[in-house]
Amino acid sequence: MTEKTVRVGFSGDSKELKINPPDTSPPAWDLDSKLAVVGTNVPRVDGPDKVTGRAKYTYDINLPGMLYGRILRSPHAAAIVKSVDTAAAMKMPGVKALVFAFDESKIGEKKLRYAGDEILAIAADSPERADDAVRAVKIEYDPQPFVVDLDDAMKADAPIVNDGKSNVRGKNPRGDAAAVDAKLAGSSKKIEATFRTQVQTHSALETHGLVVAPDGDGIKVWASTQGVFSVRDGLSSNLGLKAEQVRVISTFVGGGFGAKFGPGVEGVLCTKLARQANAPVKLMLTRKEEHLAVGNRPNSLQKVKLGADSTGKLTAISATTFGTGGVGGGAGCTIPAIYNLNRDATYKAESDVFTNAGSSAAMRAPGHPQGIFAMEQSMDMLAYELGLDPLEFRMLNDDNPVRRAQFNLGAKEIGWPNRPKVAGGGKADGPLKRGMGVAGTLWYAGGGKDAKADVEIGKGGEVTVYQGAQDIGTGFKTVLAILVAEELGLKPEDITVRAADSRFPYGPGSGGSTTTPTVAPAVHAAAYAAKRKLFEALATTWQVKPDDISAKDGKVFVASDPSKSLPFKKACAALTADKVTGSADREANYDGYRGNTAGCQFAEVEVDTETGVVRVLRVVAVQDAGRIINKLCSESQISGGVIQGLSYALFEDRIMDKSAGKMVNANFMEYKIAGPKDCPEIKSIVLDVANGRNSVGAMGLGEAPVIPTAAAIANAIYNAIGVRIFELPMTPDKIIAALARKEGAKTA
Amino acid sequence: MSSLPVFDYVNATSPAEAMGQLGAGWSEAALYAGGVDLLDLMKERLYEPKKLVNIKTAPSLKYIKVENGEVRIGPLVTLAEIAAHPELQKSHPALARAAGKAATPQIRNLATIGGNLCQRPRCWYFRSEDFPCMRKGGEKCFAKEGENRYHAIFTEGEPCVIVHPSAAGVALVAFGAQLKIASSSGERTVDIEKFFVRPKDNVRRENVLGPKDLITEIVIPASAAGMASAYIKIREKQSYDWPLADVAVVAKLSGANVEACRIVLGSAAPVPHRATEAEEFLKGKPLNEENAARAGELAVKDASPLEQNAYKVPLFKTVVRRTLLALKETKAS
Repeated sequence: MTEKTVRVGFSGDSKELKINPPDTSPPAWDLDSKLAVVGTNVPRVDGPDKVTGRAKYTYDINLPGMLYGRILRSPHAAAIVKSVDTAAAMKMPGVKALVFAFDESKIGEKKLRYAGDEILAIAADSPERADDAVRAVKIEYDPQPFVVDLDDAMKADAPIVNDGKSNVRGKNPRGDAAAVDAKLAGSSKKIEATFRTQVQTHSALETHGLVVAPDGDGIKVWASTQGVFSVRDGLSSNLGLKAEQVRVISTFVGGGFGAKFGPGVEGVLCTKLARQANAPVKLMLTRKEEHLAVGNRPNSLQKVKLGADSTGKLTAISATTFGTGGVGGGAGCTIPAIYNLNRDATYKAESDVFTNAGSSAAMRAPGHPQGIFAMEQSMDMLAYELGLDPLEFRMLNDDNPVRRAQFNLGAKEIGWPNRPKVAGGGKADGPLKRGMGVAGTLWYAGGGKDAKADVEIGKGGEVTVYQGAQDIGTGFKTVLAILVAEELGLKPEDITVRAADSRFPYGPGSGGSTTTPTVAPAVHAAAYAAKRKLFEALATTWQVKPDDISAKDGKVFVASDPSKSLPFKKACAALTADKVTGSADREANYDGYRGNTAGCQFAEVEVDTETGVVRVLRVVAVQDAGRIINKLCSESQISGGVIQGLSYALFEDRIMDKSAGKMVNANFMEYKIAGPKDCPEIKSIVLDVANGRNSVGAMGLGEAPVIPTAAAIANAIYNAIGVRIFELPMTPDKIIAALARKEGAKTA
Repeated sequence: MSSLPVFDYVNATSPAEAMGQLGAGWSEAALYAGGVDLLDLMKERLYEPKKLVNIKTAPSLKYIKVENGEVRIGPLVTLAEIAAHPELQKSHPALARAAGKAATPQIRNLATIGGNLCQRPRCWYFRSEDFPCMRKGGEKCFAKEGENRYHAIFTEGEPCVIVHPSAAGVALVAFGAQLKIASSSGERTVDIEKFFVRPKDNVRRENVLGPKDLITEIVIPASAAGMASAYIKIREKQSYDWPLADVAVVAKLSGANVEACRIVLGSAAPVPHRATEAEEFLKGKPLNEENAARAGELAVKDASPLEQNAYKVPLFKTVVRRTLLALKETKAS
């Protein structure tokens, strides 16, 4: 290892770092690197396949003799399965296999805990016959008491959902409540408020599902997944197979948002059906099943206290939060530590509350959109209380140079000085009032060590990158092409990308915004290793040292001798073997510029004060994701986050009937998601930060852009109409009620 | 995706042929035009007719004719065709707008006006096989005590609190349209207001059609020609959403005054709801902000909202007022 110096950071703030990378590592890209492809606008390599329909998703896989699986689920919020009679179903034409989702010997005592809980699955030779067969299974249920509402579940006499004496499971509080309360009491201004957010379902366009085909003594699986390798490992351990007996392919995925890791119950059932019938089985969930049973973002009830001194410096924060992830946990509301508050000024107590509803699953920045909705509205309230510009108040309490730069960029872009200075005091166009709001965020996503990559250069100049991880729509395949193209002096379209197959080198699950930051250094290093092999072959031909050779602009050349220059393809003819392969493991992270990424969003809204309808006119989203690999896809990713965040802010809501214990809107008609006309003008700004940490320095971008949108919109609504909405989604009924309360208070 | 149950399928090339295929009970056969509503009901297994009678193959049911102020529309005309009809846009803007604001472009391209008038309610309890509600033969209306933010506010005496889902129906009531209904026993003409049925009269059906009936024509009388009309729909989402409140107004204006008018509220009651007191109030009065606001108040005077939909009361006041004031801009030419 040789010590090297790199410069990291961005134009507004940079520093030098001493690093000791392994000698096999390519020279690290830093702030001063001049890169030809990385950071430019590169259209997705698979874009044409997607828009022409050539792309084959799991849904599109059809095999000879394939059967169709369908799951029978609990119609009750809580019930004991007393008896199951499958005789009639099994006699129906075309029915080939039936498997239980639980140990069959437990019939008589098995408790189903939510409407949608799995009971069994049937495979038949058509989807219609599978559907009919599932309906023909006769089950005797013994319905049990249940609770589906957060507040009801917290009551002392609530039916117990899981076990123990209470549905509330508190985590150890962080911080000293009494000390924080004392600081709050001594603050010159403080606010106290209660916020609520709703349950959001992932609602990826492609539902969960797989096609499983028996293959020799193992299985071949096509899965709509965020984790090719986690599906492989989950199925092999569940079925007692070796990992190499399970091959998982995930060519294209129609979204995941955190709910598609591992095979899931449906994956195990589908595999068991395929093995029982000894035939391929396709099992794709329905939209209703998607809403009920495969994950959601938990709701929240957050009580926040925040104080500041007379100069506008934050003094303390106290947050007590509850949320329900149904029968599962994970309902913590991270109130992220964006601003300058020490541990001794922070108190946080989080509790999960169990209810008889489908379990939560990680969803795009788990806990953060909820927490930021409360935190950033609290910041806004305190700013108005102090008589400070909400942006100025944030700047006073934020030391992060990246976010400070982003606040300035965003404010300029949205025209922050044009907002109404008094909330609700803007110029009105009849009943329509406009306002602006801002919210900040942070995310982590530096990636880790779990990735390998192979890059192959053929004698004919063909370049192929092999990496097993999946592209869930983020543009990951394009990232692979860009990295290899950069290192070899080629264009992204010159690179063949082979990804999303468990036979290829190991890659991580697409979670925590870590796919690119984890994989990129391995691909960079593999491309570098392959290039070195090509240079070694050429060095012999040209009688120079490999270090004298460079690859750039489609050429391989010796800089000091213009006679030694060949187009890349012709240079590859120097290879003695048919091809050379560069293989690399992901290097460990070293110290970088910052361990987290920063972001902020500004929203401008127009509220119809008579109908309560909110239109979001513009969102300016500024985000850092370390080194940007593909500017075009990064901006798309940010737009996607803003749209999902807006949809969360204004529309989406899993609505449960409390007396029946069932979801009433388990479809796309009444589970409302933002459509084209609801989308604002979005300005995505990526702030490129050479983050260091490894030879690429990329950070993740999947999650951060969804976090601050709802809070920015809520703050903009307040700025527009002078009434704060404490509860998501911010629908017309809530706006009308809040305005009526304000009117009532005025006349009272 | 849920799959369809098994059924037979026949093409009918004329109304007579279609009627010949229908049976005495609803379960025997269903008319199949756009299929937008029908197939959804079948996939959810709320309706499993043994046979679908395709009437898209009956060309005589698809026309828009405007003659001497009278408008005649065949039931197979799509919402998109009504919305884009240049003459209707000018002469009957409330109808063109109501059709054009429904659902999505894709759905409007398929959905027929006949099917739109006959569609079943969008109440989420009715639409889910998980809830055996009264309209499906069950014991209770889940919405009354349950999740009712999108339900009716005119609920007095009603055992079920759906709102009628047809926006075109709201406009057609405002125009005083008539429906020609054929069956094997002959043809009858029904005033559109009498076409829709309240739950207290029949909780299982939303209109007077029997299993052997077919709407053959929608007629807007010549008396509506030259009237001003307007339609406004307020919804949460601006792409593909059902209205929280929609209002159609058709008025005979004489100078600045309202000579006569019909004000119809959609998404307010189990049938398109006429605000007769507001209509009476406006007679002979100038169409101004004050009178429009007063009409809005009168329109919701008898509302008895449910636990979660009180917001619709002020909302309808606003929408009635705005629709009346919009008449000025959309006066028929």
